[in-house]
Amino acid sequence: MHRTGALFGQFKTLEQQKDTATLGMWIFLVTEVMFFGGIMLAYTINRHTYFHAFAMGSNTLSLPLGATNTLVLLASSFTMAMGVWSAQTSRKQLLSIFLMLTIILGFVFFGIKYVEYAQKFHHHLVPGKNFDIGYCVHNPNMCPDVSATELQEEGERLDAAEKADPNLQAHAQLYFSAYFGMTGLHALHMVIGAGLLFWLLKNSFSGQYNAEWNTPVDMVGLYWHFVDIVWIYLFPLLYLIDRHK
Amino acid sequence: MSMVSTAPAPKMPEKHYLNATYGIRSWLLTTDHKRIALLYLASVTFFFFIGGFFAMMIRLHLLTPNGLMLTADQYNRMFTMHGVTMIFFFLIPSIPAVLGNFFIPLMIGAKDLAFPRINLLSWYIYIIGGMFTMWSMVNGGVDTGWTFYTPLSTVYSNSAVAPTVIGVFITGFSSILTGLNFLVTIHTMRAPGMTWFRLPLFVWAHYATSIVMILGTPVVAITLALAGMERIFGLGFFNPAMGGDPILFQHLFWFYSHPAVYIMILPAMGVISELIPTFARKKLFGYPFVAAASLAIAVIGFLVWTHHMFVTGQSTYAAVAFSFLTFLVAVPSAVKVFNWTATLFGGSISFDTPMLYAFGFLGLFLVGGLTGLFLGCLGVDINIHDTYFVVAHFHYIMVGGAVMGYLGGLHFWWPKMTGRMYPEWLARIAAFTLFIGFNFTFFPQFILGIMGMPRRYHVYPPEFQIYNVMSTAGASILAIGYLLPMIYLTWAAFYGEVAGENPWPATGLEWKTQSPPLTENFEVTPVVTWEAYDFHNRPDLGLEVPGGHGPRIVAPAHGDD
Amino acid sequence: MSEQAHAEHVVPPGVYAGIISTLVILTLLTVYAAYVDLGRFNIVVALGIATMKATLVVLFFMHAKYVPKRTKLVIMAGIFWLALLLFMTLSDYVSRVDYRGVQYPMTRNFTASMAQKS
Ligand SMILES: [Cu+2]
Repeated sequence: MHRTGALFGQFKTLEQQKDTATLGMWIFLVTEVMFFGGIMLAYTINRHTYFHAFAMGSNTLSLPLGATNTLVLLASSFTMAMGVWSAQTSRKQLLSIFLMLTIILGFVFFGIKYVEYAQKFHHHLVPGKNFDIGYCVHNPNMCPDVSATELQEEGERLDAAEKADPNLQAHAQLYFSAYFGMTGLHALHMVIGAGLLFWLLKNSFSGQYNAEWNTPVDMVGLYWHFVDIVWIYLFPLLYLIDRHK
Repeated sequence: MSMVSTAPAPKMPEKHYLNATYGIRSWLLTTDHKRIALLYLASVTFFFFIGGFFAMMIRLHLLTPNGLMLTADQYNRMFTMHGVTMIFFFLIPSIPAVLGNFFIPLMIGAKDLAFPRINLLSWYIYIIGGMFTMWSMVNGGVDTGWTFYTPLSTVYSNSAVAPTVIGVFITGFSSILTGLNFLVTIHTMRAPGMTWFRLPLFVWAHYATSIVMILGTPVVAITLALAGMERIFGLGFFNPAMGGDPILFQHLFWFYSHPAVYIMILPAMGVISELIPTFARKKLFGYPFVAAASLAIAVIGFLVWTHHMFVTGQSTYAAVAFSFLTFLVAVPSAVKVFNWTATLFGGSISFDTPMLYAFGFLGLFLVGGLTGLFLGCLGVDINIHDTYFVVAHFHYIMVGGAVMGYLGGLHFWWPKMTGRMYPEWLARIAAFTLFIGFNFTFFPQFILGIMGMPRRYHVYPPEFQIYNVMSTAGASILAIGYLLPMIYLTWAAFYGEVAGENPWPATGLEWKTQSPPLTENFEVTPVVTWEAYDFHNRPDLGLEVPGGHGPRIVAPAHGDD
Repeated sequence: MSEQAHAEHVVPPGVYAGIISTLVILTLLTVYAAYVDLGRFNIVVALGIATMKATLVVLFFMHAKYVPKRTKLVIMAGIFWLALLLFMTLSDYVSRVDYRGVQYPMTRNFTASMAQKS
């Protein structure tokens, strides 16, 4: 179908085109809800079956890093929303700036996530042969990044958990599978989002988006916010289990 | 096929979508929904014959009680790859991606689907997924069954599970994108006057199908992704060694795969809803009920999935509830069957090939649907679970229902797609061959199931041999029945009699444009002022309405009826 | 086209600023709440706050407050089907007893927590 200006050939009016794109994007997001729904279900069942193991696993995560990442992602959603506003009001330079800010915040998120993943590898918390939920407690010199008080608390928690759940090693792997599966899929969506943002930025530099034609900005915005929402749920589900003990 | 004698012989139009541009690039980079439909047609046909080859291997092997030629391992691979190919690469895309793709925009008076480039993308995704699966087939194959149950698929199987799972995962996105495209198109691209209740029921059926594709497919995608992560990276979600629950995999898998049956059968029902009024020359009885039944099937279909897991050790209480819900889903299907039958009553029926397929569908779907009720009944299912009764049941639905609908639709719309008629008598013979071959293949399997022959075994006790031989003989007839249409339809696309705009005649908007249509479908956007299937108020169709016989419409003289 | 075309709604930056501030406050609140022993209501509070945050994002950042009814229906359908998947599957896990009368671990936990309440 050939294109006249912003209007693609299969449509009659720009309104129809915008309406169609928005509806399509929301339907796509519903498929994403169902996609993440499957892994959320697996998480829910394993968590409620092996609560002690999940609480143990959750408390090995760094809450400051997780909370910071949550704020970073929320901020990136804000800059994205401002980007959409800039496009809708034909503020072309502002659009480029907000897109860049969104990308930068996205990369800050990746950076922090990388630090967290690296920690888990060093602490033998990746499911598989070398998995050991008590690795840092039993080898404190191998985990210099964990403070003595943290290790103390972790040790007490480990003792209690091992009493409550004789098969803790196996069940804790279910927690970390959920952790890597969920955050991994989320990160994959972020990577795709970052790619889309770069594409928008390129087009924005050539001044393509304005009050008449901003559908791509709007659509990528919807996608980016959705990915943020996924994280809004992942954060309490993964980081905040049984913190009060 | 002869035309109404007074009309002049139709000519092929000078310009149409097939000769608009030439060359391989014009096909591989096309965004025309009609060309993409043909790309799909070629690819699903290819996969159909691959899957058919595996089926023949299974049937040949089962000729003798000890098995004719395959080892147990080879046999496991054969039935797995038969299932995977037929379900994910033929049945799911067949009617929606070929006929739906081609005719939804035409039926609603649009120039194309809402997202033509996404439409092309979905074909490429399908092909990439198909190549992964093909690659695994030549690299050892898969032996888990098409259901990929864990922990067999994630821990124990020594076959190429990973590439197959990745292939099916990828193909899922093609299905999602097709469904998304249809939903949006039906919502926003209808021509002026094409209200929701003037839509052909084929469109309603695809609307319901798309809902299932949108809401179900992502769940099987994540399920296969989790199983893949378990197999490839050693993560644990379902792995019992880590305390995981393998039955959870089945929950997630069947949350999609039961509704997936409706992805296969709903579009076929849509085709039948077109064929029956057209060849009975009568308005479809109870249009709003048939439309609503499509939606009801799509929705209720999501509430019944654990009937596949009655013997797994799931909660007995849940099983009872799901058994009742399974009975519920039969209601809208029955509504449809009754409405089709009522449409036939007092109609002026002609027995052109598409109508033969419609009759075939009615009978076979009835048998398939009713035996489904046996299986949905908790107590009965415990006895006949995983026997050949199940195999026969779902083949009656999927082959007797979905494939009959697909072939019926293909014959019905072939003149629109290619501008040329298929050879009528040869087609009728093929339709009969198929019907006979089908029943010969699968009816004995009901008996085998009742006698207790389990599915997925490469050997069986000698007393089952007679039925297995019958089944294999039937399969050979069936194979001929499938080869015939492929040959004569291909022939007809080039050398068949020129069909003209509306050879049947039928009432849909797709018949109000030339055959084959223009790339833009219509020269001017049509304005719809009539209800669906309203033969009485359509003088443009040239049908006779004789006085004194009430509302009866006389079929045009087809000579040989 | 049958549905009414809608004029694009431009949300002013002030609204976005208000939303992001609320989201930050809610994030801090959820971290705080995690350190308070609420028994089995910790998860309820955590998910409640997450849902409030998600609702704000959907309504304002994603403009769902200003979209036509049909789009709202799509969103509701998504939520409904997710609930369907979760609750219908869970109905199995909270009532699973094998033929010896032994409960599945999650069923045991669930019945125990139900007994606690009464
Ligand atoms: Cu089923």
